Amino acid sequence: MPHAVVVGAGLGGLRAAESLRGQGIDVTVIGDEVYLPYNRPPLSKEALKGGVDVDGLYFRRKFDDIDWRLGAAATGCSLAERVVTVDDSAYTFDGLVIASGIRPRHLPVPGIQPPVLRTVHDARALRDRLTPGTSLLVVGAGFIGCEVAATARQLGCEVTVTAYDSEPMLRPLGPELGAAMKAHHEAHGVTFHLGQGVKEFHADGVTLADGTRLTADVVIEAVGSVPNVEWLHGNDLDLVDGVLTDNLMRVVQPAKGDGSAGTTAGPTDVPVVAVGDVARFPNPRFDDVPRRIEHWNLPTETGKRAGQTLGALLKGEEPTGDFRPMPAFWSDQYDFSLQSYGEPALGTPTLVDGEWSGDCIVEYLRDGDVIGVVGVNRTKDLMHYRKEIGQEAVDSA
Amino acid sequence: MKIYVDMDQCQHYGQCTFEAPTVFQLNDDGKLEYVGEVDAALAEQVEAAADVCPMQAITVEA
Repeated sequence: MPHAVVVGAGLGGLRAAESLRGQGIDVTVIGDEVYLPYNRPPLSKEALKGGVDVDGLYFRRKFDDIDWRLGAAATGCSLAERVVTVDDSAYTFDGLVIASGIRPRHLPVPGIQPPVLRTVHDARALRDRLTPGTSLLVVGAGFIGCEVAATARQLGCEVTVTAYDSEPMLRPLGPELGAAMKAHHEAHGVTFHLGQGVKEFHADGVTLADGTRLTADVVIEAVGSVPNVEWLHGNDLDLVDGVLTDNLMRVVQPAKGDGSAGTTAGPTDVPVVAVGDVARFPNPRFDDVPRRIEHWNLPTETGKRAGQTLGALLKGEEPTGDFRPMPAFWSDQYDFSLQSYGEPALGTPTLVDGEWSGDCIVEYLRDGDVIGVVGVNRTKDLMHYRKEIGQEAVDSA
Repeated sequence: MKIYVDMDQCQHYGQCTFEAPTVFQLNDDGKLEYVGEVDAALAEQVEAAADVCPMQAITVEA
């Protein structure tokens, strides 16, 4: 029976492992955390507010005969020798799933690096310090930063948010909706210092580029993520931003630049797929540009697809099919429930219903086509977009 | 098979309705309604619905 190794025990790794196990393939999963796969979004919201109990966050698991090797990250890999190393241990494989995900980015500035929020461990440490009256400085105004700000306000903390961007959640939402969300946060007592980078970290805060000194009891950094690809170095893969794959999540080797034989890009000789946040793949629903997408629903979509692809390769078959997943995200801040389908960051925002300052629907247009949508408290009205966005490209294919 | 949704956790995102539309629906108020017991023929749909729930609020019993 063929044996697959999955590197990464997050949601994408779980879904790929289950898909492969369901096809009768033996599966070993290597994860850096000691925990079985658990759901991360509550760590900045419900779980942070109510107390961080990992037992309530575990994903249900459909197989009890998957081999979980938890508590240490993969440190190396040789595709040619079909082996993954974890410190001194070696795991050989017939097929490999790259599901190593992302880790929080740190700003490259001097001073004492603040903690981040990625794991149960991080969330517990933060929760312990968010007592009523504590002041919190959030560096970064993306979804996690804004969710932590909202949760901390609900826990009775004084909250300041600082970020380089001019509005919170600027890239996914655009300036108008970002400004509206900023106003909602301000109405709930959050103070913003936006449009300035951090020059230096201190134990009790930051100095901004313009010299402004912000102080707080607790500082947290939430400035995006970087893909975990270092363990793959030395295999001639395209690791510029995550791992490059084709549309069916099969890892692609770039063309060799030295003019030797095999100068065109193509799949690796060894069966390898990538899933989730670490995978950079083209989605013909939008165009042929490979992108990494860090939305919650993609690890499940790409994990299942990659499982099919690797399963076919391990049977000596060519993977077939058509993969056009619809990215989707959700974010709850106070009484505002944001929901999105498609790729709003690729389009120009246009208000189509409601008011920017309240419940609304915003379409994001590219070349006259709706390429993404965001709704505020409009979940049901948004649902038809999930079928419609990019449908033209699907129909004409 | 039996289905249970923890309504304290459910945020009515409606993702389950795309995977198993005969089992899960949002009503006119945008709130989730679902069928508690369904034929095993729908197992694959129901499993997929449970997988895509952002709150992981859906429990399925064979």
